[in-house]
Amino acid sequence: MDLRKLKTLIDLVQQSGIAELEICEGEEKVRISRSGQTTTHTNVMMAPAQAAPVAAPAVAPAAPEVAPLPEGHVIKSPMVGTFYRSSAPGAKAFVEAGQAVKAGDTVCIIEAMKLLNEIESDHDGIIKAILAENGQPVEYGQPLFVLE
Amino acid sequence: MFEKILIANRGEIALRIQRACREMGIKSVVVHSEADADAKYVKLADESVCIGPPSSAQSYLNIPAIISAAEVTDAEAIHPGYGFLSENADFAERVEQSGFVFIGPQAETIRLMGDKVSAKNAMKKAGVPVVPGTDSALPEDPKEVMKIAREIGYPVIIKSAGGGGGRGMRVVHTEAALLNAVQTTRTEAQAAFGNPMVYAEKYLENPRHIEIQVLADKFKNAIYLGDRDCSMQRRHQKVIEEAPAPLLNTRARIRIGERCTEACRKIGYVGAGTFEFLYEDNEFFFIEMNTRLQVEHPVTEMITGLDIVQLQIRIAAGEKLKIKQRDVQLKGHAVECRINAEDPYKFTPSPGRITSLHMPGGPGIRVDTHAYSGYFVPPYYDSMLGKIIAYGDTREQAIARLNIALSESAIEGIKTNIPLHQELLHDAAFLRGGTSIHYLEEKLAKLAREE
Repeated sequence: MDLRKLKTLIDLVQQSGIAELEICEGEEKVRISRSGQTTTHTNVMMAPAQAAPVAAPAVAPAAPEVAPLPEGHVIKSPMVGTFYRSSAPGAKAFVEAGQAVKAGDTVCIIEAMKLLNEIESDHDGIIKAILAENGQPVEYGQPLFVLE
Repeated sequence: MFEKILIANRGEIALRIQRACREMGIKSVVVHSEADADAKYVKLADESVCIGPPSSAQSYLNIPAIISAAEVTDAEAIHPGYGFLSENADFAERVEQSGFVFIGPQAETIRLMGDKVSAKNAMKKAGVPVVPGTDSALPEDPKEVMKIAREIGYPVIIKSAGGGGGRGMRVVHTEAALLNAVQTTRTEAQAAFGNPMVYAEKYLENPRHIEIQVLADKFKNAIYLGDRDCSMQRRHQKVIEEAPAPLLNTRARIRIGERCTEACRKIGYVGAGTFEFLYEDNEFFFIEMNTRLQVEHPVTEMITGLDIVQLQIRIAAGEKLKIKQRDVQLKGHAVECRINAEDPYKFTPSPGRITSLHMPGGPGIRVDTHAYSGYFVPPYYDSMLGKIIAYGDTREQAIARLNIALSESAIEGIKTNIPLHQELLHDAAFLRGGTSIHYLEEKLAKLAREE
């Protein structure tokens, strides 16, 4: 891996919200961690092929940075699957930020095992925040929307 | 070889499977309930997916949630561990239908061995000795039932075809008690397993529980990895296990091992499995087969030097078993204590926060536990915290090392059964070896009477 490529990777990590990046190319491995995160090391490593590959620390499918949730009622995912904001690609999203919803209104779709499940709001309120991205894998209990 | 495996289990076995994956360079996806979000192996996993609330039915037994988790993480294979869905043929089928590899035998094999009547018949056909009893489920006609029981000879035991693992059984000593016992067992079986079929076997009075570990690949190569003695049981739950079984002659061991591997080839078994036998008067009697990894696999690993979990993964990935039977050498002796979060004599569960934990070490000591200092033992699942295993050149050395290890162990904040283990490892009959499956319960009853 040459220095120019390495520099590009470092810049990428610094400019984006990525906390840690690990790239394996054949027998070469690079891991770049951003300082200020919970992990202790911040150095760039050029590791030659090792017998036991180094495992990256736990990265749940959700966004790497855990920002505190805005205040309000949180709609959590009732299942594991893929989150979609609309009923079909290109279709209008079920809800947008600022939109008023009533209990029972469909707010999103979660696809699990080839079935599309319509997820309903369990509360009346106004959508304050949308916490998952279209096409993102979500787990049980993961916060999806915040209602005011 | 797989790049990513989803571990569909929890506790110490999830950690065990994860360790095998990490060693092989395979990424691990761990699914967990909300109650297990702080588990050690969740923190160590490459990816983790919360699949449900604490209740097992909505999480670790939730087939759609687990398969969905495999989909969103692009896992290639699913390891079911033990318990939960590991012997659920429907789960194995749906995993494969969804495009993943189920690390275990085929669904049909699980089904065959899950029905204890068909399992016995398959074993009989394959030349494995079985407990004398009925060929098929007991008929409805009471006169027929009494005739069958008379032919077997009292005492008999009535067992559920859909049961196993000690559940759904009743011993009958006299003809007068027979019909009631059959009816009650049928009712219980329907409620517990959805299958009212029961069968009858001769009840062995003082048997030992000896089991044979097998491994078979997808090319009909099958080997046995020696035997284990798991006679130290309470209410059909194993407490102490050891390998190899003491006081067993080599020829008997080889003979039964060969019968088991022949049976594997005949039924097309793939993966790791265990044939469970009752052993009495120098004879083996097949009771059931476990088509999964077992809790006590470490004692076999210690005396053979093999990694059974890694071999399971290799077999599932389509690799040929490189080890031939003549390569399997049994060396030394290993004893395992199952450490449970429970009162050592009342057996009431003791969930809660482990305020401090110190595990032993030293030569020949292996500790398989997911617990750590500060870990909160959840109340929703079984109470097993892990296992402490000792290996020695001889049985005496293994037991001596295990005693030292237990005396070094400290788990505070909850109760554990370590004091019971310490008592058992000093028990004269245990030290002699060869105690029956009733020994522990008789000893506990005696202790209770003396109080």
